Amino acid sequence: MDFRFSDEQAQLREQARAFLERRLPAPALGQVLDSEAGWDPATWKEIADLGWLGVSIPEEQGGAGLGYLEEAILIEEFGRRLYSGPYLATVGLARPAIPEAALPDLARGAVRWSVCDGSGLAPNLHQVDMVVVVVEDRVSLAPARGEVLTSIDASRPMGRVDPTAGGEVIATGERAMQLRRKLRLRRLSALALEAVGLAQQVLEWGVEHARTREQFERKIGSYQAVAHPLVNSFVEIELARSLAYWAAWLLAEDQLDEVASPAAYALAADAAVNTCERVIQVHGGMGFTWESPLHRYYKRALWIQHFGGAPDLHRREVASQLMLSSEPGSAPLGSTSGGAQGGSQP
Amino acid sequence: MELRDTEEEAEFRARLRAWIAEHLPKELVGLGTRTSHVELLRQWSRELSDAGYVGLSWPREYGGGGGRHALEGVVLEELARADAPQHLGTIGLGMAGPTIMAHGTPDQKAAHLRPILQAEEIWCQGFSEPGAGSDLASVRTRAERRGDLFVVNGQKVWSSYAHLADWCILVTLSDPAAPRYRGLTYLLVDMHSPGVEVRPLRQMTGDADFNEIFFTDVEVPVTNVVGEIGGGWQVAMTTLLHERATLGFALTGFLDSGIRRLLALARTHPDAAQPWLAQIANEWIQLQALKLTAHRSLGQLDRTGMPGPEGSVIKLAWSESSQRTTKLARQLLGQEAVLDDGFWNYQQLRSRANTIEAGTSEILRNIVAERVLQLPRSR
Repeated sequence: MDFRFSDEQAQLREQARAFLERRLPAPALGQVLDSEAGWDPATWKEIADLGWLGVSIPEEQGGAGLGYLEEAILIEEFGRRLYSGPYLATVGLARPAIPEAALPDLARGAVRWSVCDGSGLAPNLHQVDMVVVVVEDRVSLAPARGEVLTSIDASRPMGRVDPTAGGEVIATGERAMQLRRKLRLRRLSALALEAVGLAQQVLEWGVEHARTREQFERKIGSYQAVAHPLVNSFVEIELARSLAYWAAWLLAEDQLDEVASPAAYALAADAAVNTCERVIQVHGGMGFTWESPLHRYYKRALWIQHFGGAPDLHRREVASQLMLSSEPGSAPLGSTSGGAQGGSQP
Repeated sequence: MELRDTEEEAEFRARLRAWIAEHLPKELVGLGTRTSHVELLRQWSRELSDAGYVGLSWPREYGGGGGRHALEGVVLEELARADAPQHLGTIGLGMAGPTIMAHGTPDQKAAHLRPILQAEEIWCQGFSEPGAGSDLASVRTRAERRGDLFVVNGQKVWSSYAHLADWCILVTLSDPAAPRYRGLTYLLVDMHSPGVEVRPLRQMTGDADFNEIFFTDVEVPVTNVVGEIGGGWQVAMTTLLHERATLGFALTGFLDSGIRRLLALARTHPDAAQPWLAQIANEWIQLQALKLTAHRSLGQLDRTGMPGPEGSVIKLAWSESSQRTTKLARQLLGQEAVLDDGFWNYQQLRSRANTIEAGTSEILRNIVAERVLQLPRSR
């Protein structure tokens, strides 16, 4: 068992972080998000040129021929910088349902995607060209048309398409159900990664503030009442990170594990919201201002926590899976983590 | 990234699992950290050693396996899976041994490392005192130099295995005039020396797994000093880092066993479990996160030989999960929880120590705040 990312993967993370720091520096974040478009569409072409849209697309179709683990790194880093373009929608959410013929256009940045279920709610709707519509046992592709809504998170705009409007049906029956399952696990995994990325950034700001801000002639980070909540966030983020990488690895290996992604999502979504709330508190009045970037991260965390479904409902579902399992407590992870794998595959 | 067992790990795990099934005495199943059945425990520990399942990451020159820490993780996971007890020499293996390897003299290494591996020497830890709990630097157990000897007088508490131990890693005050942290000396003390008295300390569970140790004019050769005279603080820090290094696997092992019981209980009490399903799953999820994080932390241990800060993270999260798990189980038992079922009642009481032993949660949070997050010191 080896939890380390390869050197190439670590490099990819560094590149992504450097690109986002340069193109979307934290102080300019508000300017971009409060602009009319809400994002900088020029970044999309740059991201395409860097090869980050076609990460998992085969080389002969214009991609990099890598996999979901590399996409996972990018999703986490884009989450860290609160990217407001449709990266999560296209690569994180819609990708498994996009037909092969459409992949070259995706890779070169010509066509952007989102996804919706029977509710019609589609992230980044007005920024994308196509929507994957998943209703019951039917998956279809439709042009991105619909009502623009007001999202609680300006960096993750929302729209509503008419899910009954029809489109090109790409899967029905058993195949559609299988695809639906895949899309769901992928959504939860991607949201978990994004949550870990943003929570890490917010924690770093909280620590930075506690290290420099002085009150009563002491750095406030020297007070345990300030330091310990930050430690609690560190613990929650590290645990969520382990689960998020585990869930991503499983999906990269094409293993549709029914508990890993919901588990990762539940812990990561809660960790992100908790971290934002603690760090806002650590910043005092400054944390409550529009000028501080914290409210933007908080809104994204809240968006994640609701868009992915209430974490406790996912926990209940994990519980019902565990109750059915024949070897409780070790079977689901055991089949995949190495924890008890030798047993299931002696 | 490869989150399956390697071929080597899978083969090792399968062989070990079969071995445990064949060798683990029934009386020891579910014993946890309790030290009843001493003779059986001794024998079990020796058999584990003889079969080569102990000290897998120790260098070959000291009789170890010379391998990666991952295999030690596998051993702890498999022992937990079988509900097997800890090796009696756990303090020697996890704390005294690594400390002697890091700071000991060639003679100390030659004298102790193999006997620790072979379960011939049981070790205990003499760190805490009535007046020095979390504040280790204020120990008052005196070590006075007389020629080639140190003469030790004082009292230690919360010492697991002391009633069985042959040796003790002891933090003493050798120079009361020295500035704080500079007057401490780290000694290896033969527990069979005249003047050593061990008194069991009865816990709220009714068991007596901890002890007090009284030292009255105990003579310890100067050659038993580990590190420098007056350099005991640094040596003690090495011990504590290692305490939390592979502890993660042992801890998640205990929790694994508790969560398996919790799920079994939920299955037999489905109506009672209904309102608590999210909480039950949450503890299972925490457990998986802890296991994965323990594996994630091995990377650093294998690279640098020194444990990373993940140990403190795991200990913190584990202790609270352990306490919540017990409370959940008792909710499911309903009114029956007033009856001693031999496990959950014991566990409810025992788990209160989880946030105290091996570093209180408050101290661990300080450690993470200062060493990981680099926040200013709180004192």
